[in-house]
Amino acid sequence: MSLDPFGARLDDVAVRYSTSWRVTQQGTFSKATGGIALDGATSLFPAGAITGLLGRNGAGKTTLLSLLAGFRRPTAGTVRVGPEGSEQDPFENPAIVSGVQLVREAGDVLTDEKVSATLKHYAAARPRWDSDYADRLLDLFELDVRKTPSALSRGKRSALGATIGLAARAPLTIFDEVYLGMDAPTRYAFYDELLKDYAEHPRTIILSSHLVEESERLFEHVVVVDRGRILLAEPADDMRGRGTSLTGNADAVARLAAGHRLLHRQELGPTAMVTVEGPLTDEEAAEAADSGVAIGSVPLQDLFVHLTSTTARKESER
Amino acid sequence: MFDGPEPIYVQIAAWIRAQVLSGELGEEEQVMSTTQFATTFRINPATAAKAFSGLVEEGLLYKRRGLGMFVAPGAREKLLADHRQRYFAEVLDPALAQADILDIPVGDIIDYVLGRAPRSGAGVAKKEK
Repeated sequence: MSLDPFGARLDDVAVRYSTSWRVTQQGTFSKATGGIALDGATSLFPAGAITGLLGRNGAGKTTLLSLLAGFRRPTAGTVRVGPEGSEQDPFENPAIVSGVQLVREAGDVLTDEKVSATLKHYAAARPRWDSDYADRLLDLFELDVRKTPSALSRGKRSALGATIGLAARAPLTIFDEVYLGMDAPTRYAFYDELLKDYAEHPRTIILSSHLVEESERLFEHVVVVDRGRILLAEPADDMRGRGTSLTGNADAVARLAAGHRLLHRQELGPTAMVTVEGPLTDEEAAEAADSGVAIGSVPLQDLFVHLTSTTARKESER
Repeated sequence: MFDGPEPIYVQIAAWIRAQVLSGELGEEEQVMSTTQFATTFRINPATAAKAFSGLVEEGLLYKRRGLGMFVAPGAREKLLADHRQRYFAEVLDPALAQADILDIPVGDIIDYVLGRAPRSGAGVAKKEK
């Protein structure tokens, strides 16, 4: 059974946790305002691509992903998921939701039954489930299907989540920090399986992560979320081109950096090393060469750290 | 592999060009598939595909429907011509400019060039590994 990869889109989405009422000691009601998880979030997850959803803890990644999986509804704005051209609201929409597999940290497994029972459940719920592939993955991750998920180590529970996510072959497959507790060899085995199976069975994959360094090469597209807002949503190569590092004489570096948004700055005596947004113009590059300032690229991981910490600083100054 | 500062697809394209230039990848020989690239180097298959489509546009690779990517006939010649042309602008010009700054007479340079062991063909210039 073949299904086209799903695309997903958020338009001006807000998610506010509801306000609750509490009874005070005096017997009156007091209002506890709920938090804002997402605010004005607009972003596209292109059909058929692997998108990295990057954000710090508490940035709103998990809330965003639950919207796409139809687990919750936004307070405002629209969410659309489905084959390109016929995206629909996923909430309480079985036609869409059966094509979305979200693997959450919580696992969504039958905790007190054997692993095999959980797999049986997903085999029935996912039209494209491949049980031979699931068996191969269980072997690869050395998972014992006779154990209950609650008896598994954290890393093995994550590997079970990875198995479910991959074997479901869902048109939209979402892994929410699936690597938690996995050791490095298991993580790399997961990345390799993901790429191999994605190449053979193209589908839309969203991988939320803050281990940017080891996963960035998997991404064709990236979405960075910070404090409930979408900082950027663009091809991974565009994001890689966003940062330029300048190292050299502090005055020369300052002159060159003047026309750019400063992301990071470090000084070592007369030498400065700064990260600015955007590429340099040809004139600036020539000036850098003349004044002995070295131009470098900025790894995605560093860019992510600079972008999200700059906003953090700005916000706290308000 | 492929962890330089340039975008990965640029590095992949450069790697394939170098392989064609050195003869490791012969004309009409099949290039690794995007899937093989993706799983071997742990990169997104679309990244490899982007490198390939650039090389197809340059006329170095061509696609055989259902079979994959192959090195185009004449690809090596094309690269050689291209690199020879760039040799003067990118290698020799800066070297001569440097000689100018150092006041090295042109005659000395010519003597040096002529005094080198005569080369009989392109093969001799190849560095021993």
